[in-house]
Amino acid sequence: MPKVTIDGHSIEVPDGTTILQAARMIGGDIVPPAMCYYSTLKTSGGYCRTCIVKVTKGSEKDPRPMPKPVASCRTTVMDGMEVQNTMAPDLQEARKGVVEFLLINHPLDCPICDQAGECHLQDLSYQHGLAKSRYEFKRREFEKIDIGDKIKLHMSRCILCYRCVKVADQVCDSRSHGVINRGDVAEISTYIEKALDSEFSGNVIDVCPVGALTDRTFRFKSRVWFTKPVDAHRNCTKCSGKTVLWMSGDDVLRVSARKDKYGEVEDWICNDCRFEKKSARDWTIEGPRHIDRKSVISANHYEKKKSLKIDVSNQSKIEERAHNPK
Amino acid sequence: MGRKLLTENINVPGIQSLSVYRHQGGYETLKKAVGMTSEAIVEEVKKSGLRGRGGAGFPTGLKWSFLAKPEGVPRHLVCNADESEPGTFKDRYMMERIPHLLIEGMIIGSFALGANSSYIYIRGEMMYVLHILQRAIDEAYEAGFLGKNILGSGFDFDLYVHCGAGAYICGEETALIESLEGKRGNPRIKPPFPAIKGLWERPTVVNNVESIMAVVPIIKMGGDEYAKIGIGKSTGTKLISACGHINKPGVYEIEMGIPVEEFIYSDEYCGGIRNGKELKAVVAGGSSVPVLPKSLILNLANGEPRLMSYESLSEGGFATGTMLGSGGFILMDEDTSIVKNLWTFTRFYHHESCGQCSPCREGTGWMEKLLHKILDGHGTLSDVDLLWEIQSKIEGKTICPLGDAAAWPVASAIRHFRHEFEEYVTNPQNIKKDHHYYRVNNISPEFA
Repeated sequence: MPKVTIDGHSIEVPDGTTILQAARMIGGDIVPPAMCYYSTLKTSGGYCRTCIVKVTKGSEKDPRPMPKPVASCRTTVMDGMEVQNTMAPDLQEARKGVVEFLLINHPLDCPICDQAGECHLQDLSYQHGLAKSRYEFKRREFEKIDIGDKIKLHMSRCILCYRCVKVADQVCDSRSHGVINRGDVAEISTYIEKALDSEFSGNVIDVCPVGALTDRTFRFKSRVWFTKPVDAHRNCTKCSGKTVLWMSGDDVLRVSARKDKYGEVEDWICNDCRFEKKSARDWTIEGPRHIDRKSVISANHYEKKKSLKIDVSNQSKIEERAHNPK
Repeated sequence: MGRKLLTENINVPGIQSLSVYRHQGGYETLKKAVGMTSEAIVEEVKKSGLRGRGGAGFPTGLKWSFLAKPEGVPRHLVCNADESEPGTFKDRYMMERIPHLLIEGMIIGSFALGANSSYIYIRGEMMYVLHILQRAIDEAYEAGFLGKNILGSGFDFDLYVHCGAGAYICGEETALIESLEGKRGNPRIKPPFPAIKGLWERPTVVNNVESIMAVVPIIKMGGDEYAKIGIGKSTGTKLISACGHINKPGVYEIEMGIPVEEFIYSDEYCGGIRNGKELKAVVAGGSSVPVLPKSLILNLANGEPRLMSYESLSEGGFATGTMLGSGGFILMDEDTSIVKNLWTFTRFYHHESCGQCSPCREGTGWMEKLLHKILDGHGTLSDVDLLWEIQSKIEGKTICPLGDAAAWPVASAIRHFRHEFEEYVTNPQNIKKDHHYYRVNNISPEFA
């Protein structure tokens, strides 16, 4: 088992583990952000370059450092490898540059974007972005396209992470989705806007790190942080049926797959579960969904309401102490 | 006169045809090669010190010896004829004039690597060269140099020529392989390298046209003899495609190690700067390599003369040096605007970026827009600093070397010609004056 050291934390991992996976095993702040890598999709990763890390020691056998920063999601660990992420200021600077590149053509229309609050690009720019854009030219724009009657493609917001392309390739049964054109006018497209027609096409919405692919049945219904996420399941013949319902009162506004703290889907769900079952009666509700992400979505959390009460009582204690100092 | 190994017979009338090529001693080397073992051929190429002529300068023999040879898995040799670097036009010239030399090199190379089918991937814009090559391949099949049991050696070999669709990025070896497989020409993420998993997941060697052609004289004269030509680790001869404001633009075969000054000013080669002007700057190896001012291209930083070799041109790192690259010499006279020239290069990289990874996709367009702004006279000094910062954030952060190729010209232009950028932003009223005009063609004033 090769041993790798990331920012001073050592871990032994199985052969073939990537640096990013090893970092996730360690956990905490040293995990590099990843916009295009998706552990369940083969050949994903390597495109966005936000997960770059500095390899200061190649391996025990060949201790030379790597000359350039490497994409941690596609580089497998070697025994004795030493990696710097948060410890290297020049790397943080480089990552800032990548984030800036991702943002220069992004419309920054978060106030009207359905993804706002659970957007990975938003989180990334809070962490690594500049307060002000240095880009002063016209941003790239595309027409909005309906991919079928359930999915909306908002290409201007896309960061070309290729995750949806991989879903269409690997999860859906027929490939009808890809990238056309090249360079900064490259765009995600289906065959001449043909509807993405597959039982599992809705998963492209879940994998999209930004608001480029959104659920047409949920668009403009609510801000995500106002909805209550609950775990639910149903007997589905096509998929596992394990989902998260995003509820407001008794209404199911949106159904999505369950995601882990890195925003990765645990089980793909079918379009029936996602788009058709929009009533609480269709589902067996398990309880509040724990969402473990550093994002707005976790800020005003349904699950937290229990602890909110405790907070209130603490608050009154503090106030009491303030008024009656001993 | 330097020795000519590749261009020796280039002016023989009818050398495109098999009969004339054979009359000049063509395919004799192949006969010698099939009598050798494949290891011996690889050994000869190793001994010759031949370095990849496509730009990176990686030793060809070493590359061949890295090829994985698992049992029962076919291997491939792919010739990279997707020559699209601005300023480089040596491969096209050679394939057009003497196609059989490439085919002979492909057969010898494939024999050495044990590849039974190999490919020439040619740039889409050079369709007429494809027809020339195809005709030559047909002739070679008829004469028994291709096909089953070549020259009674028991070696079966098929050669295909495949046409790209006109993308610069497909000159990157893994993008070329993707394109050859019929997919979108996006570079792959390495590792695995093509020597392990290349074309159709099989071990593959990708070589430049000139490298493959150079194998023929190496086998003919022997690796040791070849290594005697040239200087230090830069052995043999190199094709240089010289263009720009010189008296004699064209493709020249030089022995490695001649002084740069001799190459530019002697009548044998470029013949000096036309119209009696002064040399201002040189891009030594195709548009991707750093541009150098006259003082640094003719002499090293310590005053010694700079030579035409991999080592000498890169002496001093990027602070005072450049690279031999693919040998595309672009020479600019005193009237050329470096800023405008840089904008042209950057526009090219913006257009050719594949759009796969973010720094290159977004950064190249940004740099082009900034340069356009400066050329329009709306630039500020902070734009020049921003340009510097953008290039530094692209360099080394991308999947393939296109990002570096887009960043280096910008970096070097600002490094060596910052005063010119400042002139543009501080005195925009002077931009339209003839000091900054830019000539697009190569016609002398008396003919224009």
